Amino acid sequence: MTWPLLSTVTFLPLVGVLFILLFIREDSELAKRNIRMVALWTTIITFAVSLLIWKDFDPRTADFQFVERGEWIGAGIAYHMGVDGISMFFVLLTTFLMPICILASWDAIETRVKEYMIAFLAMETLMIGVFCALDVVLFYLFFEAGLIPMFLIIGVWGGQRRIYATFKFFLYTLLGSVLMLLAILALYLKAGTTDIPTLIQLAGEGKLYAADVQKWLWLAFFASFAVKVPMWPVHTWLPDAHVEAPTAGSVILAGVLLKMGGYGFLRFSIPMFPEASAYFTPLVFALSVVAVIYTSLVALMQEDMKKLIAYSSVAHMGFVTIGIFTFTAAGLQGGILQMLSHGIVSGALFLCVGVVYDRLHTREIARYGGLVKNMPKYAFVFMVFTMATIGLPGTSGFVGEFLILLGAFKVSTWVAALACTGIILGAAYSLWLYRRVVFGTLTRDELKKMVDLSPREIAIFAPLLLVVFWMGVWPDPFLKVMQVSVDNLIEQHLAALETAKKLAGM
Amino acid sequence: MYAAIVFLPLIAAIVAGLFGRFLGDRGSQIVTCGAVITSALLSIVAFFKVVIGHQPTTVMLFDWIVAGDLQIAWALRIDQLTSVMLIVVNVVSAVVHVYSVGYMAEDPHKPRFMAYLSLFTFAMLMLVTADNFVQMYFGWEGVGLASYLLIGFWYERPSANAAAIKAFVVNRVGDFGFALGIFGVYLAFGSVDFATVFKASPDMAGKTFHFLSWDVDIMNTLCLLLFLGAMGKSAQVPLHTWLPDAMEGPTPVSALIHAATMVTAGVFMVARCSPMFEMAPFALNVVAAVGAFTAFFAATIGLVQNDIKRVIAYSTCSQLGYMFFAAGVSAYPVAIFHLFTHAFFKALLFLGAGSVIHAMHHEQDMRHMGGLWSKIRQTYVLMWIGSLALAGVPFFAGYYSKDAILESAFAANSGVGDFAFAMGLAAAVLTAFYSWRLIFMTFHGHPHDHHHFEAAHESPPVMLIPLYVLAAGAVLAGIVFAGMMTGHHWQEFWGSSIYVAENHKVMATFHDVPLWVKLAPVAAGVLGIAVAYWMYIRDRRVPAGLAARNEPLYRFLLNKWYFDELYDWALVRPAMRLGRLLWKGGDGRVIDGLGPDGVSATVIRVTRRVVLLQTGYVYHYAFAMLIGVAAFVTWYFAVGH
Repeated sequence: MTWPLLSTVTFLPLVGVLFILLFIREDSELAKRNIRMVALWTTIITFAVSLLIWKDFDPRTADFQFVERGEWIGAGIAYHMGVDGISMFFVLLTTFLMPICILASWDAIETRVKEYMIAFLAMETLMIGVFCALDVVLFYLFFEAGLIPMFLIIGVWGGQRRIYATFKFFLYTLLGSVLMLLAILALYLKAGTTDIPTLIQLAGEGKLYAADVQKWLWLAFFASFAVKVPMWPVHTWLPDAHVEAPTAGSVILAGVLLKMGGYGFLRFSIPMFPEASAYFTPLVFALSVVAVIYTSLVALMQEDMKKLIAYSSVAHMGFVTIGIFTFTAAGLQGGILQMLSHGIVSGALFLCVGVVYDRLHTREIARYGGLVKNMPKYAFVFMVFTMATIGLPGTSGFVGEFLILLGAFKVSTWVAALACTGIILGAAYSLWLYRRVVFGTLTRDELKKMVDLSPREIAIFAPLLLVVFWMGVWPDPFLKVMQVSVDNLIEQHLAALETAKKLAGM
Repeated sequence: MYAAIVFLPLIAAIVAGLFGRFLGDRGSQIVTCGAVITSALLSIVAFFKVVIGHQPTTVMLFDWIVAGDLQIAWALRIDQLTSVMLIVVNVVSAVVHVYSVGYMAEDPHKPRFMAYLSLFTFAMLMLVTADNFVQMYFGWEGVGLASYLLIGFWYERPSANAAAIKAFVVNRVGDFGFALGIFGVYLAFGSVDFATVFKASPDMAGKTFHFLSWDVDIMNTLCLLLFLGAMGKSAQVPLHTWLPDAMEGPTPVSALIHAATMVTAGVFMVARCSPMFEMAPFALNVVAAVGAFTAFFAATIGLVQNDIKRVIAYSTCSQLGYMFFAAGVSAYPVAIFHLFTHAFFKALLFLGAGSVIHAMHHEQDMRHMGGLWSKIRQTYVLMWIGSLALAGVPFFAGYYSKDAILESAFAANSGVGDFAFAMGLAAAVLTAFYSWRLIFMTFHGHPHDHHHFEAAHESPPVMLIPLYVLAAGAVLAGIVFAGMMTGHHWQEFWGSSIYVAENHKVMATFHDVPLWVKLAPVAAGVLGIAVAYWMYIRDRRVPAGLAARNEPLYRFLLNKWYFDELYDWALVRPAMRLGRLLWKGGDGRVIDGLGPDGVSATVIRVTRRVVLLQTGYVYHYAFAMLIGVAAFVTWYFAVGH
C-alpha cells in the first residue's frame, strides 16, 4: 500500500492541535509563544508535505490521483479521497495561506491564543478535506464543519458587531446547507451511492436524473454554492463577516472559503447535472454580470477599507462564475486560476489592511493618508497587490481575468462586454483606496508615529509577492496541471448533453 | 542583444527601486542612466542591422499563457517598425534620464524617480517589441502603470494624485475596447499572434460576425475596438482629458511619457495593425476623422492656456491627431515619420520648458514670466529651434513630416481626407500662433515677477547637453530621414512591417500634389507666427481686448470645451450616486431587509408567538430544518412519484 499522502496532509494540522492540547497547559507568555510556534511549524510542515502532491502529480491524466478508499459508514458511503487537476491547487492554496495566517495573528491575537490556534488548525484540516473528499457525505461533513471554526473565529475574536456578522453569515449558509443536504439525499436515493466519481459517471451516461428533476437539485446545490462564492444577491453576509473577522480570518474567508463555492460548481453542479447547468447558464451569467457592475459601484463608495475589499471580492468572484459557466477551456482554466489568484491577492490585501489596523486600530479610510512617507515598504507591497487586483498584466490577476473574458467572448459578447466594464470600475475603486490611504500629506501625529513593515510582516508578504508575479509571468506550471482535467470536464459535459438529447429522442 | 535592449532598463529599475537606499542617489542615477544609454546605443546598432541590413527577426523567450488552443508566448519582434520605435524610445529615454539628474537635483526621492523612469522604458520597449496582442497589452498597461506612478510622483499634492488616477482610469476606458478587440481577434482568427492574424486578415475582409446583438463587419469592428484603446493612450477626443492633467508630473516625465513615447503608442498600434486596418475602410475613416478633429480641437484650447506645460500638452494632443489622420488615409509611414520627428522636437520643447521652470523656481504660469531671454539665452535658442520644428518652418524636422501629412490627406482625395486637410491646415496656423505666443510671453516683454526674474539662472550642463542632443534631432531628423521613410521607395525601408493595400495609393501620389498644397502649411505657419508677433509684441492690448469682446468663446476655450465638467456631470457623479444607492438601498434596505434581517425579525416574531420558550440559534436551525424537511417531503411526493 502506498503512503496515504492526502490523509496525511489533511490530518497533519490535527497533530498540532493534539500537541497543543497535551503539552501546553498554563497560560503564561511563554506558553503563548510556544503555542504560536507549534501552530506555525505545524502549518509549515503541512505545506511542505502538500508540495509532494504537486511533485508527484501526473498532469497527463484527468483521473483522480492519490486515491484512498476505506470502509466507513457502509451502505455505499465510504471514506474516499483523491485529487485531480481541478482540486489539487486548492489544497495547495490552503496549505500555503495557513502559515501566513498564523504569522499574521502573531501579535494581533493576545487573548485565548490556545483556542484561536486550535480553531485555525482544525479549520485547515476541514478545508483540505473539502477539496480532497470524493464522497458526497464526506464532502458535506467537511464543508459544513468547516464553518464552525469560522463562526468561532469571527464570533470570539472579531470586532464590535461580531455577533450580528456571525448571525448573518450563519443564516445565509444555513439556507444553503439545508437545501444541499436534501439534494444529497435525493442523489443517494437514486444512485444508492455517494461516491463522487460514480455519480459523475452515472450522470454522464444519463442514468442519474432527468432534466426536470436535475433543475431542482441543481438549484439546491446552487443555493449553497452561490452563498459561498458569494454571488449577487446573496453576498451581503460577506462585507459584514470580513469587517468583523480578525485579519487572518478574513484571509481564510477570502482566500479559501469563497473558493469552495466555485469548486462546488466544478465538482458537483456541472458534472452531475449537465442539462440543468446548461439550462441555468444564462441565470448564472446574469447574476455574475450584475455582481461585477453592482458591487464595483458599491465598492467605489465604501468608507471602510475591509468593506471595500470585500465588495471587490464579490466582483472578482463574479468573473469566476462567468468563466466556469462558459464551458470553454479558456474560461474554465481562467476561472480556476482567477480563484487561486484572488485567494492570494485578496488575502494579501486584507493583510495590508491588517498591517495598518494593528497600528491604528481603525479601518476607516478617512483616518489614513500619506503613509508612503514613513512606510515606503508597505506602500510598495500595497501597490503591487492593488495592481494585481485590477488585473495588470504581469501579475496573477491578469491571466485569470483575461482567460475568463476570452472564453466569455466566445459564448456571449454581451457578457464579455458588460463584465469588461469591471476592469474600468476596478481600477477606479482600487486606485482611489490606495490614494486615500497611502498618498496625500502626512498630517496626523498618530500616523506619523506608524512604523514600516517589521521583519515578520515582510516574511508574510514576500511569498505572496513572489507567487503573484510567478502566476502573472509564467502561469504555465499552473495551467498545465489543470488542462487535462478541464478538457475532460468539458468533454464529459458535452457528451452528457449529447446523450441526454439522444435519450429524449428515443 | 535584442533581449538586452529590452531588459536592461528593467534590471536597472529593479536595482534602483529595491536597493536605492543602499546605492544612494548617485548610485541609482548611474545604474539607470547607464542601462538606458546602453540600450539606446544598442538600438542604433539594431537599427542598422534590421533596417539597413534588412534582417528583421523574432526572438522567442518562453511560453506565457497556454490554455486550450490559445498559445501566447513572450517574444520580441524586431522588424523595421520596431527598430524605429526602439530608437525613439531609447534615445529620448536616455536623454531624459540624464536631464533628470539635473532637474530633480533637489528632490529627496531620486532613486524612486529614476526607477520609475527605467520601469517605464522597459514597459514601452515591451510594447513596441511585442509579437502578439496580449504582450502588447502587457506593455500597454505597463506604461499606464509607470505613467500613473510618475504623474503622482509628488504624492503630497492632491491635484497630482487626482491626475494620476484620472490618467489610469480614462486609459482603462480605452483598454476596455482594446481588450474586447483582442478577444474578437482571437475569436475570428483563432490566434493572437501578429504574424498569423495579419496573414489571415485579407481573407477576413468583408465577412461578418455576431457582436453584441448585431451582425457586423469583422474587420471594421475589431479595428474600431482596437482604435478605442489607441484613443485612450494617445489622448484623442473624447478620451483626451487625462493628458493635460498629466502635466502634474515632473517635467522630464511629461517630455518622455506624455510627449515622445507613451502617447504615441496608439499611433504605433494602428501602424502595427496596418494589415488589419487596410481591410477596414470604415474604421480607417473613423481614425482619420477623430485624428483630424483632435488636431484642430486641441490646438484651439492651446491658444488660451497660461500654464507653459499645458500649452505644450495640448500641442502634443493636436500633433497626435495629425499622426492619426495620416494613418487614417493609409499613409502609415508618414504617420510614423511624424511620430519620429515629433519625439525629438516635442521632448525638446518640454525639456526646454522644464529648463525655464527650473530657472523660475517651479513657476509654470506664463503670465508671471517675461523677458527671460537675456537670462537664459541657451534655453531661449533651444526653444526657438523646437518651435520652428513644431510649426513646420522649412528645413526643420517638422517641416518634412507635417507637410507630408497634409499632402497625404489632400492626396487621399476623399471626403474625410479633405476634412482632415482643412482641419490640419487650420491647426497649423493655430500651432504656430500658440508656439510663438509661448515664446513671446515667456522670453520677451517685461518681467512680471521681479523677484523670480532676478533669481533666474541658466540650467546646468547636465540639463543643457540633453537639450542639444534633442535639438540636433529636431533639426536633422527630417532632412535625413524624409526620403528614406516616406519617399517613393518607402517599402524598401519599412519592408513588410507596414502594409498598404494595392488600391490605397496615397503613399505614391502625395508627392505630386499641386504646388499650393505644398506651400500652404508653410504659409499657415508664417501666418500664425505673424499674428502672434502682432498680438504679443506689437500691440499687447489686443489679446485682452479680443478675450473681452468674445467672452463666451474665450471662456469656452479656457475651460477646454467643458469636457471635464461634462464627464463629471454625466459619468462620475452618477456612478457615485448609483454606488451609494445600491449600497444603502440595494444591499441595505432591499437585500438585507428582505433577506437575513427581515427573516430573522420574522423568525423571532413567529417564534415568540408560536412558542414562548426558546429563542437562540440552535432553535432557529432546527426550525428551518423542519421547514426544509417538510418542503422536501412535499416535493418528493409531488414530483418523485
